[in-house]
Amino acid sequence: MISAHGLSVRLGRREVLSGVDLDVRRGEWCAVIGPNGAGKSTLLKAVMGLVARRGEVVLGSRPAAALKPRERARLVAYAPQTPALPPDMTVFDYALLGRTPYIPYLGRESRHDRSVTESVLARLDLTELAMRRAGELSGGERQRVVLARALAQEAPVLLLDEPTTALDLGHQQQALELIDRLRRADGLTVVTTLHDLTVAGLYADRLLLLAEGRAAAAGEPAQVLTEDLVGRHFDARVKIEPGPDGRPVVHLVRGGP
Amino acid sequence: MVRQAGPARARPLWVVCALGLLAVSMIAGLLDGAADISPWQVVLQMADWLPFVHVDSGLAPVEQGLLFELRLPRVLVAAVVGGLLAMAGAGYQGVFRNPLADPYLLGAAAGAGLATTAAIVLLPSVAGSIPVAAFLGAVGGVFLAYTLGNTAGRAGGTATLVLAGVAVTSFLTAIQTFIQQFKVEELQRVYAWILGDVGGGWDQLWLVLPYAAVSSVLLLLHGRMLDVLSVGDEEAGSLGVRAARVRLTVLLAASLATAAAVAVSGLIGFVGIVIPHVVRRLAGGSYRIVLPLSMIGGAAFLVLGDLVARTVIAPAELPIGVVTMFVGAPFFVAVLRVTRRAAT
Repeated sequence: MISAHGLSVRLGRREVLSGVDLDVRRGEWCAVIGPNGAGKSTLLKAVMGLVARRGEVVLGSRPAAALKPRERARLVAYAPQTPALPPDMTVFDYALLGRTPYIPYLGRESRHDRSVTESVLARLDLTELAMRRAGELSGGERQRVVLARALAQEAPVLLLDEPTTALDLGHQQQALELIDRLRRADGLTVVTTLHDLTVAGLYADRLLLLAEGRAAAAGEPAQVLTEDLVGRHFDARVKIEPGPDGRPVVHLVRGGP
Repeated sequence: MVRQAGPARARPLWVVCALGLLAVSMIAGLLDGAADISPWQVVLQMADWLPFVHVDSGLAPVEQGLLFELRLPRVLVAAVVGGLLAMAGAGYQGVFRNPLADPYLLGAAAGAGLATTAAIVLLPSVAGSIPVAAFLGAVGGVFLAYTLGNTAGRAGGTATLVLAGVAVTSFLTAIQTFIQQFKVEELQRVYAWILGDVGGGWDQLWLVLPYAAVSSVLLLLHGRMLDVLSVGDEEAGSLGVRAARVRLTVLLAASLATAAAVAVSGLIGFVGIVIPHVVRRLAGGSYRIVLPLSMIGGAAFLVLGDLVARTVIAPAELPIGVVTMFVGAPFFVAVLRVTRRAAT
């Protein structure tokens, strides 16, 4: 569904991403992991075309370079790590922004746009909050509202940059379960960056480990989350054991590195 | 009962309130003046001006002429200029995502000021040179700030652009002061224009109207796009919007509005901050609400401001810019405090 080859991004003098490949099949959940500054967020932005990049990106079956911005926005929805929610905007109006790729430049939302937004809000249990101002929401509610905006876009691919930032344990779980449920129900392709390795291994079908702008490893969670790879690239001493469902669980070991 | 959800738009009640305020301030603006005319006579006379309506207001032809040739165009120019400045302010605020953005912060007014001063001093004999100069100056000022902001680094985003605008404003104002001191004999004319004036009659109104119409329509049409921009350039980009293009269009439209306002009436400050801020507090933050209501509210505000300017030290007149600054400067500090508190 998404494939990128030889993606490189230069920000100023620094090469933030160099020669990264990414392949995600339809309906798959791919988690991008790596230490701080490895280029995880930049990779998502490069796929979206939000930063100047070199390399090939194919979305669906078409090269991204051939897509107009509106066409691309109907294929891929993106939520940044710290989304800006205008504090005065209502939840409904914010989610309605997701319909932008379907509305003519100076046009206005159709009845269809409103009903899609309403049903997305209902699906995420946000109907009650529809007229609430974004500035009055809790962290967990904000996360769901941002997800609602992305889903209103009705794009088959979701790129989510750290969707669990600033959420407590319970809300992290709720957010990830919700994404997983929507993914299975609608056959969405999901790419997230995640900084919690165990969580990444638990939810994703495939992991991509980035280190210093390069792909250090890619594959199923058990192939990528090894003591050797994690220890080397995160500069950490860890113990990794299979959890109850066979997926790897990463423990920190005291006294290291 | 759950309210029917719909996209943000100005509620009819607010539109009616704003229009009512505008009507009242316009009648008040027509009433005041040296000649003694009763409110009822003004209303009757206004009805008489309407096509196909004939009402005897009991006013002498001289008084009718006074109303029609002096007070009416003055009130209308004040309304148009106020509406333009408030809308331009709202537009700049949307473009720069900064509630303190204003025609005066971005080099637009300073550019117009410099160009107009140059026109007064260097081309005193060329009729009609002031509006053209003001327009070119305003667009030039904003473009200078825009280019400077872009070359200073895209990473800085909106803050860089506003800082660039401040730098451009200082620089252009310095040149303007140089030119005006250079030709001291024109000082009086320059000062009269700088401090603002809406008493130029019908000619002044016809001059501003085409620019006003074009820029208002452009700005009002971009309400939804400014709402999209309010989530930031990156997210707007991910929604398929070419953020840079939208910003440039709104920037041009707001600069055209600024130039039109500055060309006819000089530098009238703070309308662009005060009115959109009040609208946002009262009626809602969406630009589909802020733009139209700012237009009406700005018009009412400047008509009232002009009324105050004409009456406080009658028979002498205050420049209208002094009145708006008197209200606007403390207001600016208040907005600054609220904004900073929200940011921390």
